[in-house]
Amino acid sequence: MSGEPPDMTRMACPSPLPHHERIVVGHGGGGVLTRELIEKVFLSAFGNPILAGLGDSAVLPAEWFSPARGAGERLAFSTDSFVVQPLVFPGGSIGDLAVNGTVNDLAMSGARPIALSAAFILEEGLDVGVLSRIVADMARAARTAGVGIVTGDTKVVERGRGDGLSITTAGLGLVPADSRLGSRPPEAGDAILVSGTVGDHGMAVMSVREGLAFEAPIQTDSAPLHGLVAALLAAFPDVALLRDPTRGGLAMTLGELVAGKGIGIEFDEAAVPVDPVVASACEILGLDPFQVANEGKLVAVVPAAGAEAALAALRAHPLGGKAARIGRIVADHPGLVVARTPYGGTRIVPMPLGEQLPRIC
Amino acid sequence: MKHLAEYRDGETARRLAARIAAIVTRPWAIMEVWGGQTHSIIRNALDQLLPPDVELIHGPGCPVCVTPLEMIDRALAIAALPGTIFCSFGDMLRVPGSHGDLLGVKAAGGDVRVVYSPLDALELARRHPDREVVFFAIGFETTAPANAMAVRLAERGGVKNFSVLVSHVLVPPAIAAVMESPGNRVEAFLAAGHVCSVMGTLQYPPLCDRYRVPIVVTGFEPLDLLEGIRRTVVQLEAGKHELENAYPRVVTKEGNAIAKGVIAEVFEPCDRTWRGIGTIPASGWKLADRYAPFDAERRFAVEGIVTAESPLCRAGDVLRGAIKPNACPAFGRECTPRTPLGATMVSGEGACAAYYHAGRFAATRQGNADER
Repeated sequence: MSGEPPDMTRMACPSPLPHHERIVVGHGGGGVLTRELIEKVFLSAFGNPILAGLGDSAVLPAEWFSPARGAGERLAFSTDSFVVQPLVFPGGSIGDLAVNGTVNDLAMSGARPIALSAAFILEEGLDVGVLSRIVADMARAARTAGVGIVTGDTKVVERGRGDGLSITTAGLGLVPADSRLGSRPPEAGDAILVSGTVGDHGMAVMSVREGLAFEAPIQTDSAPLHGLVAALLAAFPDVALLRDPTRGGLAMTLGELVAGKGIGIEFDEAAVPVDPVVASACEILGLDPFQVANEGKLVAVVPAAGAEAALAALRAHPLGGKAARIGRIVADHPGLVVARTPYGGTRIVPMPLGEQLPRIC
Repeated sequence: MKHLAEYRDGETARRLAARIAAIVTRPWAIMEVWGGQTHSIIRNALDQLLPPDVELIHGPGCPVCVTPLEMIDRALAIAALPGTIFCSFGDMLRVPGSHGDLLGVKAAGGDVRVVYSPLDALELARRHPDREVVFFAIGFETTAPANAMAVRLAERGGVKNFSVLVSHVLVPPAIAAVMESPGNRVEAFLAAGHVCSVMGTLQYPPLCDRYRVPIVVTGFEPLDLLEGIRRTVVQLEAGKHELENAYPRVVTKEGNAIAKGVIAEVFEPCDRTWRGIGTIPASGWKLADRYAPFDAERRFAVEGIVTAESPLCRAGDVLRGAIKPNACPAFGRECTPRTPLGATMVSGEGACAAYYHAGRFAATRQGNADER
């Protein structure tokens, strides 16, 4: 919470009002309004002694990194920015995403999250009630993940320049000394597992954005995955690679996995779990569920010998009940991801270019 | 996915393919008219199931692909006007005009929005009475009823700040144009099921007679397509040329009377230029005189449009079925979905994009992957 000098160009801001229901430019000015916002909205939700100190940086006890267990442990460090419209959607909000997204980036390195930072850019006019709801979601997600939000920052931009709210989080995590995750790269013959249905998060957001109503609303799958990763690695430590298929979905993750490498991927389209409602929504909007974002799923590359043990471990965890073995690493067509269609043919699965554009009809 | 899974069964698909293989005695070239059918064939690799003697030629039925360059340039000019909200179907945004695309106009500050229905655009006009809301009314007979309805509702509701930029095209004249084009190889057609769900099938028997080609009304799911192909091959082998409806769960002979009524009220036939193909007589619809005040072309007199098509692009040959997408020298080289030279590389229904996304580079070279 660095104390910036007050911006004299913003003197047009109304003098402090005791009960703003909306964010005003003055909330980002570093003065009393900023202080009030931090105390009332952020501290009360994230409440932990390190954040409450409000120093210019969070000073963390060395014990958090458990040096007692000696050499070989490694720190993982990751950051991610979050923008989404709408800010709140079925099953979650940008708040859950901001915590789980960074926790999951750490988890894919086999790290247990230790501490998070959170920086907010608020748009003038944002409803403080909406902000509080989002901050409460962050606090709940952080508690669920067992991680503290220990430092942060808030800025306000003028109306029309901020899209409501964006959040940047960074996270520190600890990789145990004995972690064998990634001790060798993926190689031909390895199995590819996915921890559950794909496309849920993107379609949850899209269905609200497009005003689509289904018998059962599609919920985001946003969830912290380090517990699932721990369970997987406990059952089978020699996992070659973990990735969370967020933006660009499964197609992007698989594509990145083989791009520029001497390996390819072959997978069975019908083996990839897709929720029927998500499949219908994709059908209506002309989208490909394999290209739609996930926020609580992982892709694991596992030596074939351990595939069944790994799959069983995923399925035994509450976040991996619908895990499936979808394909394998091959040497045949390096750099290419090939899907087997249910009709016996094959097609190459490309990485998506950018945003998917809904088709005309 | 009720009522879809039944039409996607792999085992039944293989059985149908085997039945087709059993009756083929010589090579046949069949055109699937519609881009959505092309997409389904390529995505599901259905052509790999067929005997080598059955060749599928991809037709011109991609509404985004055939919208003329001049019209896209006009859209870009209108979208860039201050105070305008320009609404379009999503896949139109990346289609290249002579200079840039709608996404570029948006990035430069134009208010360009993706809508799923022209009625959404009409609603925007009601909510923003101080702005001019323009809807890019492109498409075949399928999108016409909703586009016509939006115009009719705007007139009835007195929504004066709403207009449509119309570039409607029609399937039957396109079939005639394919048959009359020099060097045509097409011997039969899979007609577009959803077009027929609106218009019915009565327009097609005269085409069958005149050009002596079988036309089979076909759906979009894998089993629909294979059944359409099978019936086409049966006719070809028997020397018949009839209209057949292989999509009766959706298509009736008369079509949708209400939809046809709205179309007849709001639109009237006109000659239309098809991108890459040229002008086809009576191949499109424009607004009828009564609704001319809602014509964006009249409302926004955009002058000085000079179109410049890429000299490399062979989209016209692709749309006519003269070449496969990967036979174009620019395919996958100068022309990719990231740098499309023609609209066929943009839309999910465009044949070039369908080939690119399925990684079909084979006709131009081998060992393609690294070159992408």
